[in-house]
Amino acid sequence: MILISTIDIVRTSLGGTGKLLPVAILIICAFAAFWLFPYDLGFLTQMLIMMVFVVSFDLILGYAGVATLGHAAMYGCGAYAAGLFAIHASPDPLLGLAVGAVIGALIAFFSGLLLMRAHGLSLLMLSIAITMVLQEIASKARDVTGGADGLSGISMTPILGVFEFDFIGKTAFWYAFSVLFIILVVLRVLVASPFGLALRGIKDSPSRMRAIGTPVYWRKVTAYVIGGTIAGIAGALSAQITSLVSVEAFNFALSADVMVMLILGGAGRLYGALIGTLVFMTVRHVAASIDPFNWLFVIGFMLLAVVFFLPDGLISLPRRVAGMIGARK
Amino acid sequence: MTSGLRIRNLSKNFGGLQVARNITLDIPTGARAALIGPNGAGKTTFANLIIGALQPSSGSIHLDGKDISQLAEAARVRAGIAKTFQITNLFKDLSVRDNIRLPILEREHRTFRFLERHDGDAAIEAEVEELLADFRLLPLANRLVRSLAYGQQRLVELALTLSLKPRILILDEPAAGVPSSDSHLIVDAIKRLPTDLSVLIIEHDMKLVFEVASRIIVLVNGAVLVEGTPEEISRDLRVRELYLGAGHG
Amino acid sequence: MTVALSIVVDGIAYGMILFMISVGLSVTMGLMRIVNLAHGGFAMLGGACAHVLTMRYGVPFVPALAASVIAVIVIAIPLERLVYRHIYRFSELEQVLATIGIVFVMIATVNLFLGSTLLPIRMPPEVSIPINLGFKVLPLHRLIVIVVGLLMVTGLYLLVERTRFGIFLRAAVDNQNTAASLGIDTPKVYLAAFALGAGLAAVGGILGAELLPIEAYYPLRYMVLFLIVVTVGGMGSIVGSFIAALGLGILDTAGRYLLPDVGTIFFFLAIIALLALRPNGLLVRPS
Ligand SMILES: Nc1ncnc2c1ncn2[C@@H]1O[C@H](COP(=O)(O)OP(=O)(O)OP(=O)(O)O)[C@@H](O)[C@H]1O
Ligand SMILES: [Mg+2]
Repeated sequence: MILISTIDIVRTSLGGTGKLLPVAILIICAFAAFWLFPYDLGFLTQMLIMMVFVVSFDLILGYAGVATLGHAAMYGCGAYAAGLFAIHASPDPLLGLAVGAVIGALIAFFSGLLLMRAHGLSLLMLSIAITMVLQEIASKARDVTGGADGLSGISMTPILGVFEFDFIGKTAFWYAFSVLFIILVVLRVLVASPFGLALRGIKDSPSRMRAIGTPVYWRKVTAYVIGGTIAGIAGALSAQITSLVSVEAFNFALSADVMVMLILGGAGRLYGALIGTLVFMTVRHVAASIDPFNWLFVIGFMLLAVVFFLPDGLISLPRRVAGMIGARK
Repeated sequence: MTSGLRIRNLSKNFGGLQVARNITLDIPTGARAALIGPNGAGKTTFANLIIGALQPSSGSIHLDGKDISQLAEAARVRAGIAKTFQITNLFKDLSVRDNIRLPILEREHRTFRFLERHDGDAAIEAEVEELLADFRLLPLANRLVRSLAYGQQRLVELALTLSLKPRILILDEPAAGVPSSDSHLIVDAIKRLPTDLSVLIIEHDMKLVFEVASRIIVLVNGAVLVEGTPEEISRDLRVRELYLGAGHG
Repeated sequence: MTVALSIVVDGIAYGMILFMISVGLSVTMGLMRIVNLAHGGFAMLGGACAHVLTMRYGVPFVPALAASVIAVIVIAIPLERLVYRHIYRFSELEQVLATIGIVFVMIATVNLFLGSTLLPIRMPPEVSIPINLGFKVLPLHRLIVIVVGLLMVTGLYLLVERTRFGIFLRAAVDNQNTAASLGIDTPKVYLAAFALGAGLAAVGGILGAELLPIEAYYPLRYMVLFLIVVTVGGMGSIVGSFIAALGLGILDTAGRYLLPDVGTIFFFLAIIALLALRPNGLLVRPS
């Protein structure tokens, strides 16, 4: 009964065929990538995990307008939680995801209580500092986390008891894709809800939101917890699929990359996050395999180009080009 | 128990600058009051103190006998106070329709719902359309607020605030920036307001003040200079001097 | 007791370096309201330049220092004119991204010419002469750093409080529009402040190379540290930056001495507490 009403809600939320088009494209792309790049499944899976992570940040930055540089905090904690859970409690992947989600939510809640009161530079610095503290704890608690060597020895039982993780990574690919897909559907519903509209209101004008009676702080904490839950899931996925968690999961560079990918693709649109991740990771993959250092030239100039010429991200490119052609006429 | 707003000895300092001095005022239910005074008199500050966007340095505010001085702004709004902003403060990247819809959803305590569509409730949608029609905003309903002319944004500002259905309404210079061809929309809207609603209108335009207000409070340098009916105020020598001196005519 | 004094002296030397590098960042962030993550890049460029001059061409340290600082200023001026001038108008988030982009380009440039290894700077041998302070033996270098830091804060204080430039700068910090209406050429003031900040960062980068070694990834590695100094000190406040830099220098040093295992955790927890209580910096009460 509940299931049916949920499906109904999802169906009405997704609306007509026009809105189903991106979903169809997404599925087609997944199949195409799967068939076209059979030797790059590992990389593709990494990309899918990163998409989950970036899309979770989109809710916080793109919708609620809260700019942090510490999103890796929830990712890292989710990864360690899922890794430790697999080693010490149960090797079931879905249970592990749930544990990652819960830990991500808890970290986001407690850090969010502090962070969502801050603004601007203080907020950036606080979010960095919290992630640094977590990273230091993870690297010092050697007995539990393996310290700088990382947490290894994570093994998984088949998903739902049926789909065994294989050597080539086919199962991992479809596992990551399914998680991404479900999360996208959930987020599509969420951003179309009254709550989603309120988040966009907060991004536009927190002072006006207060003046219409919104407890802005608690809304932001809620959004942060939802984003943190999904980031925790992304971390857990990564731990389960790579069978390894290292303290680098908390790296500042990871938080920065996530922000870059999101802005590159276009914030506040969900699909922008996917496009940004796709482009960023592909360019990095290709450029880094040619010359690891010149990659920084590429990404540096790419960032400047986007900020200067394409502030709404790559997802706005077709519209911008169309606009320019239209203006010429 | 008095119904309406009861303000006692309200003061506010910004550092050394005292912008509200011992303001004591009653705005009973159904009042049509106007707050006038020269630029920098502290009118906007007073409005912000009432709604809770600013915390007073001292003094108390009661709504229907209940002390709301300690409540946060959002809680006061939920208790029935609403205000427009002197400088338009809207959701610029949302459509006009969403700008009206969002406060209604908030008023109906729905913004903590995650699974339904924000435009899925027929009653709320009908209310949105009605408000849009009242302010002649229907043709602009799907435009982003950012793309509207300032005068049009002023109308959205008023429509948005009214959509909260407050019991106490503070209007901070609602007509400033509205082209004169549209200013009757604002006067009409104020005149249409339910009679059990209290209105405090801050305005420089005396014509508008005399048209809607039955009481006038004159604020100078953060303190109430005089309070009275429009006739009393227009006869008051101090006020005349102030306004002729300040060049407001 | 001697431990405490050691911590204080080492912490002050470290703090002076942090101050030199960060103060320009603080002034530009406060003045132009720009989140400039690329500021540490000027310290690195200064250091890289001094490395090339002293190690490859055998230039003595002091002329190399002067030449490097001038070189950095010469780089900073067109960068401000051509790139930063536009970044001022951006939203905070876009500033973060644009200046991260600049950091990446700086790293890649230094890496292209000098590689990714450490870039040592040759100093005259005299600087390692041990000086006995009674409670502690200190290399001369540390004392020089402390003295230069003190000179710098005094000089900046006088510059801002006593000169026409200082008046213009303060006016522009307080209110851009008023400053412009008073006939102050704010773009020029900006340019001067930016170039000055870059030059100071170069001095700090070179003198501090013993503590914060120069290499291509320097601006990214220490970015958070410099930003923390500015945030804790309060943007735009020279005195605030000075107090914050010394305080954080001592705090970090104390953490390393007393709690070698959890020093970093302790340091960042202290930062979190400070920022939670004083979000606009040490000297500004939350409103
Ligand atoms: N946040 C603040 N900090 C310091 N001073 C303030 C602040 N807000 C307002 N003021 C000062 O308080 C005084 C009163 O301002 P306020 O905006 O309340 O006046 P007003 O009567 O609404 O004027 P106007 O008719 O121009 O709208 C002014 O001198 C203003 O400069
Ligand atoms: Mg006002």
